[in-house]
Amino acid sequence: MEKPGAKIGLKHGSGGRAMRQLIEDVFLELASPVDGIGLAALDDGAALRVGDQWLVVTTDSHVVHPIFFPGGDIGRLSVSGTVNDLAMMGATEPLGLTCAVVLEDGFPLADLVRVRDSLKATALEAGAPFVTGDTKVMGKGELDGIVLNTTGVALTRRVVSDAGLRAGDALIITGHVGDHGMAVMSRRHDLGLQGDLRSDVAPLNGLVRAALLAGGDDVVAMKDPTRGGVSGALHEMAAKGKVGIVVEEAQVPVRDQVRAACDMLGIDPLLVANEGKAVIGVRAASVERVLAALRAHPLGRDAAVFGHAIAERPGSVILDTGLGRRLLTEPEGELLPRIC
Amino acid sequence: MAKDLTLELKFRDPARARALADAMQRNLDAIGREVSVMHVCGSHEQAIARFGLRAVLPPQLRLIMGPGCPVCVTDGPEVDEAVALAQGGAHVCTYGDMLRLPGTSRSLADAQADGARVHVVYSVAQAVDVARAHPADEVVFMASGFETTAVATAAVALGELPANFSILSVHKYVPAAMEVVSRSKASAIEGFLAAGHAAIITGHALFEPFAARTGAPVVVAGFEPLDILAAIVKLTDLIREGRPEVFNAYPRCVSREGNLPAQQVLWKVFQPRAGTWRGIGEVPDGNLDLRPEWAHLDARRRLEPDVSGVRDDAAAGLERDCLCGPIMLGLAAPHDCPLFGRACVPEAPVGACMVSSEGTCRIWHTYGGAPDLRRVEGRAAGRG
Repeated sequence: MEKPGAKIGLKHGSGGRAMRQLIEDVFLELASPVDGIGLAALDDGAALRVGDQWLVVTTDSHVVHPIFFPGGDIGRLSVSGTVNDLAMMGATEPLGLTCAVVLEDGFPLADLVRVRDSLKATALEAGAPFVTGDTKVMGKGELDGIVLNTTGVALTRRVVSDAGLRAGDALIITGHVGDHGMAVMSRRHDLGLQGDLRSDVAPLNGLVRAALLAGGDDVVAMKDPTRGGVSGALHEMAAKGKVGIVVEEAQVPVRDQVRAACDMLGIDPLLVANEGKAVIGVRAASVERVLAALRAHPLGRDAAVFGHAIAERPGSVILDTGLGRRLLTEPEGELLPRIC
Repeated sequence: MAKDLTLELKFRDPARARALADAMQRNLDAIGREVSVMHVCGSHEQAIARFGLRAVLPPQLRLIMGPGCPVCVTDGPEVDEAVALAQGGAHVCTYGDMLRLPGTSRSLADAQADGARVHVVYSVAQAVDVARAHPADEVVFMASGFETTAVATAAVALGELPANFSILSVHKYVPAAMEVVSRSKASAIEGFLAAGHAAIITGHALFEPFAARTGAPVVVAGFEPLDILAAIVKLTDLIREGRPEVFNAYPRCVSREGNLPAQQVLWKVFQPRAGTWRGIGEVPDGNLDLRPEWAHLDARRRLEPDVSGVRDDAAAGLERDCLCGPIMLGLAAPHDCPLFGRACVPEAPVGACMVSSEGTCRIWHTYGGAPDLRRVEGRAAGRG
């Protein structure tokens, strides 16, 4: 398995192939059989049977740098990340959130209060109450400022996994792609790009609830395309659903300023992180209903059908460029570390 | 933005792409056998791979990337010269792609890690700035690229330069490599796409004696997807009709004579010399050396790099399995290489073609390789 003397690299946290390999090599050992979806499924969270319902649990640590960025901050990010992971499993009404914070000696109190206010406002927006927490401080230089962990729990009657695609299903993206990654990258590297690059970070449980109400059992798979971008999410959905996926590039919504920044840096927007978007797999019969419901919600106005699942080439993602076709690559190493 | 959109609509129109693919298919059906054509430009391969153009080519047509990456064909012993100069105390400036290009034993990146003063620059002018900033030291610009880039080097050589600045030219001349490939029986190339940006300088008349001598037609192509598809249609027209001619499919930029002042600058400073290209072998007139009048600027003459400490002719380990040479000659594809995507990846390249963003292996790795997607169901019912 691992070579002697092997060490962890930044690529192991990138959401791509290297991270999945690490989890499979190291952490899968911890998995044990559960009644429901457990660690072995490597889904966005776990779903445990409780009576005739499912208890969905997810946890997420946040290390974004800088902690305040255009369109959001680490507080909004950590509530959204956890609420969205619950929502991707079909659990759109969080019972409670936890907040564990690790701070560096010397971290400004004013910044902590600002983060607290953001946590509070975003939790209110998501209808997700904080119910417990933990605080630790480490020495100067032992970590960079702040690490925030949130855990969320919710009950749902139906679990949506990320493995439910079948050939013929349509894939919907709930809005513009690449906003979060390019906003953070532009701020961090001071790219001096013109135009308004703002993160899309937002809790999606309301939007997902609307999709589930409209599509019911025909909403078969969901994934939030965070680290690894849309490409990473699609590769997981294709591999777990044992289907191929065809993406029509012209149908992928990308803002002009994001496309311009990506072109300049030679990055594919489909590999860039999002924090307020979902990829939703829907049976063909319900596509229009779900799309209409998404577009009626403020966070889903630009939702679009951008691809579909096929029986051929299971596990592959094929990009139709309009002029030809090629395989979309899975992100390998770090496009940008500490994106969330 | 508005202007870019117009350009995209004009050169990226799917309906026109389909019409061009149909025309190609008609040509190949008329020819009635398999045909191999070659392009010699990393920028062409990037567009072909990025837009997945191979998926719309007729199944009987093989489109191969030849020696179109100047970094990839720079030979190990040439890198050794730069490494020797850097280890000997000179500042060595070069383009980013060259940093990790392997020499016979080490790369400039290896030398840099050991403390040698290696600078990545984006232009020859930046290298001159480094020389001005370090007046007490020798500063060498390792000048790589085809004739397009060589013109920029030549223009600077003709200007005012600090006394401590010199040039290690590893510039290459593409038309010379086309000759070598066309003579290689194994590759059986029946026609060439010539790189539009190089032809802007050289003009397309340059290829006329080549086409007449080799019997292989040459079509000068631009870099938008439709430019490339239209050029391939023209090339298959000429092959079908048995006409070894030159056709300019990039007339909005390329003329018959080319850029005469740029050619004057180029040949005033450089002269062609036979040289070894990595993976390809001896290419007559393939290298561009500084003329004797510019000996004071020529790092080889002025600093006489001593490569005895860095040269190692016994290719070691993984490199024995590397297929870069056959790939650049069009005899193999990256997927034929046992290292491709496994032991050889952009973060840890083994062969030159994975080092440079213009290399075939690197481009294929970035864009998902070239699996045959022609027969995969491409579109949802009711769409397209």
